Amino acid sequence: MSTENQEKYEKYYVPEQSPWPIIGAIGLFLLAYGGANFIQQTTGKYNNDGSMGWIIFSVGLAVIIYMMWSWWRDTIRESMNGLYSAQMDRSFRQGMLWFISSEVMFFAAFFGALLYARQLIVPWLGGEGNNAMTHALLYPDFIPQWPLTTTPAGETTTAMGAFGLPAINTAILLTSSWTLTIAHHALKDGNRSALLNYTAITALLGIIFLGLQAYEYYEAYHHMGLTLGSGIYGSTFFMLTGFHGFHVTIGTIFLIVMSVRCASGHFTKENHFAYEAGAWYWHFVDVVWLFLFIFVYIV
Amino acid sequence: MADHHPTGIKRWLFTTNHKDIGSMYLWFSFIMFLIGGAMAMVIRAELYQPGLQFVEPNFFNSMTTMHGLIMVFGAVMPSMVGLANWLIPMQIGAPDMALPRMNNWSFWILPFAFTLLLSSLFMDGGAPNFGWTFYAPLSTTYGPPSTDFFILGVHMMGISSIMGAINVIVTVFNMRAPGMTLMKMPLFVWTWVITAFLLIMVMPVLAGAVTMMLTDRHFGTDFFNAAGGGDPVMFQHIFWFFGHPEVYIMILPAFGVASEIIAAFARKKLFGYSSMVYATASIALLSFIVWAHHMFTVGMPIAGELFFMIATMLIAVPTGVKVFNWVATMWQGSMTFETPMLFSIAFVILFTIGGFSGVMLAMAPVDFQYHDTYFVVAHFHYVLFPGAIFGTTAAVYYWLPKWTGKMYNEKLGKIHFWWSMIAVNLTFFPMHFSGLAGMPRRIPDYNMMFAAFNQLASIGAFALGLSQLFFLFIIIKAIRSGKKAEDKPWEGATGLEWDALPCPAPYHTFDTPPQVK
Ligand SMILES: [Cu+2]
Repeated sequence: MSTENQEKYEKYYVPEQSPWPIIGAIGLFLLAYGGANFIQQTTGKYNNDGSMGWIIFSVGLAVIIYMMWSWWRDTIRESMNGLYSAQMDRSFRQGMLWFISSEVMFFAAFFGALLYARQLIVPWLGGEGNNAMTHALLYPDFIPQWPLTTTPAGETTTAMGAFGLPAINTAILLTSSWTLTIAHHALKDGNRSALLNYTAITALLGIIFLGLQAYEYYEAYHHMGLTLGSGIYGSTFFMLTGFHGFHVTIGTIFLIVMSVRCASGHFTKENHFAYEAGAWYWHFVDVVWLFLFIFVYIV
Repeated sequence: MADHHPTGIKRWLFTTNHKDIGSMYLWFSFIMFLIGGAMAMVIRAELYQPGLQFVEPNFFNSMTTMHGLIMVFGAVMPSMVGLANWLIPMQIGAPDMALPRMNNWSFWILPFAFTLLLSSLFMDGGAPNFGWTFYAPLSTTYGPPSTDFFILGVHMMGISSIMGAINVIVTVFNMRAPGMTLMKMPLFVWTWVITAFLLIMVMPVLAGAVTMMLTDRHFGTDFFNAAGGGDPVMFQHIFWFFGHPEVYIMILPAFGVASEIIAAFARKKLFGYSSMVYATASIALLSFIVWAHHMFTVGMPIAGELFFMIATMLIAVPTGVKVFNWVATMWQGSMTFETPMLFSIAFVILFTIGGFSGVMLAMAPVDFQYHDTYFVVAHFHYVLFPGAIFGTTAAVYYWLPKWTGKMYNEKLGKIHFWWSMIAVNLTFFPMHFSGLAGMPRRIPDYNMMFAAFNQLASIGAFALGLSQLFFLFIIIKAIRSGKKAEDKPWEGATGLEWDALPCPAPYHTFDTPPQVK
């Protein structure tokens, strides 16, 4: 066998046994079982009495956070002890890319719903195609339009404009991608202070983005009559921006952790998979936002 | 490294070993198979004669729903993941899966997810009763309270399969031994890597669908509610965008199994290896643009009906290539008919019957007659039972010596084969006729005129259920007191797992990679 092969394969390290996966499975179970009860108890749709739901849910959440913390702690320790090889690094990278691909498909489902509603449902409810009877019999007063500010049932709302907060938020996220790229290059050049500063700035921009989005939601709910229940427009608006905001939150936490790890000197020029994973995730969230800005706000 | 393995319960709870995880997946899927099978027995008992005999209609609906969900997500999919775990690292010369801890997490989520799903049987209002396809508004407006537990259970299953798929794909792309080029990989590996790709693409869409259901049920969104500008038909589009690739997720690994076993017992190289790879990939890609063939009768523009009809029929081309190659592999081979081969040959023939009825269903105009009848039930059970499940069964017989170091009893294996073969046809073939005559699916009662076909199907189903217990007996007997297997029990078997490893395979294999020529 050539030395290149030995280099590539022989150091392969099958990790030690670990308790965290099954603890994670238990955490997910508590999260799901508690979550379903919690939702039913909150919305009161069924007489699911008792109030254990939120307690089980919170315990599940705590277990998951503890699991993630400990699992990654173990992984980081092993990595710092030099147990990993170039091959494992590639495994992590490819795994992260496929994970992001699956996230893309999750958003695709909601974008698909948005486009289907705009392009097909609303015109059809207005009688287009062979749907004249639907229109005449079910919703004769319905006027097809997008944003759908008056639902077939007659509920009204106002649409969120694109050029105010959303445009500012677009600028913020684009800037954050740029600062993150600077930080990444600084990491590769071994420039620690630039790395730290720009990573922290990126995380800060993420927090500002989230703050502005919270303000936007507040405006929508309290001054515009735009809620999750405002017909298909409200549904798609809040589900898309909401899941995106959730991903920004995860990405921001990711970046904060990366800042701390940069400060503790965990990364080297050659060995910084976790940092790159965080950067990829951030760029993914950024690209999703661009699509959101175009399809939810502008068009 | 000595071949030691951890002992006690921790070995299974904390394991990072692909063989242990593979075994757990296989046993778990078999338990689910028996539970889902028991529900099928309830269904067939009720349908043994017209009128209501044993169960309330609502409970009957819960049984059809849970049977489908458990068989799809609990039995077939995990059994394929179990095979992947056991076989892929050995077949490509890797020491383990690429991400062994995540592998363990993928597995352990499943028992909890199915505990959640099965617990719904004991909830007020009963288990989910809207069919495994959970169409809105049956599942949104009219779903029982247990629907929310079902939704979160599906989320857990989705997380598990996405992580499992990521693991397979990364293992195959990154862990192959030197010299194991992509086009030298055993076909089972190829079919699984394509399956993994499908899983990563569509499981998140399923997660999106159930999430919209959840918010429609509780948080006032109107995705599937026309009064708010949504559309229940949109649910069907999103669901089947997941659902059609899902059927290939269940069958593609079985294609891989059949390809290996048929070549081994025909003692020939697989005919048309590269065309098999390309055919599998084309099936997978086409599967993204055919979903609305499940919705011909729901109301679609005529252009849509035509597009989905033609696209669906295109799939018959790569599938035909595969069937042709299996037959050509057997052509002039020196064949012997051990149990795995018998199951594989039956797989080819019976899967093809299911494929043909699929082409019939793909024709939009005639689908108006077949839609929601027992013809559809016959069709998908032909591709799932003698397709996916015979494939897994063949795999278990074929690789059992590699896993356990023991041989099954050939005579019992053959009895199991003929028993299942006759029972599966007795169960599902009459459904073609009752379906063509118009018997609707998912209804606990039926017209007198369908009585004879239903009695045959029920008798077949009970025999088929028993044959699976017999299978369990054969496997346990083999593990406990089977004859010791030689290192290469099958003369014509090829591949690293047979050529480079003893039977049983040691706990740790390929700590240093084998050289592949
Ligand atoms: Cu289909």
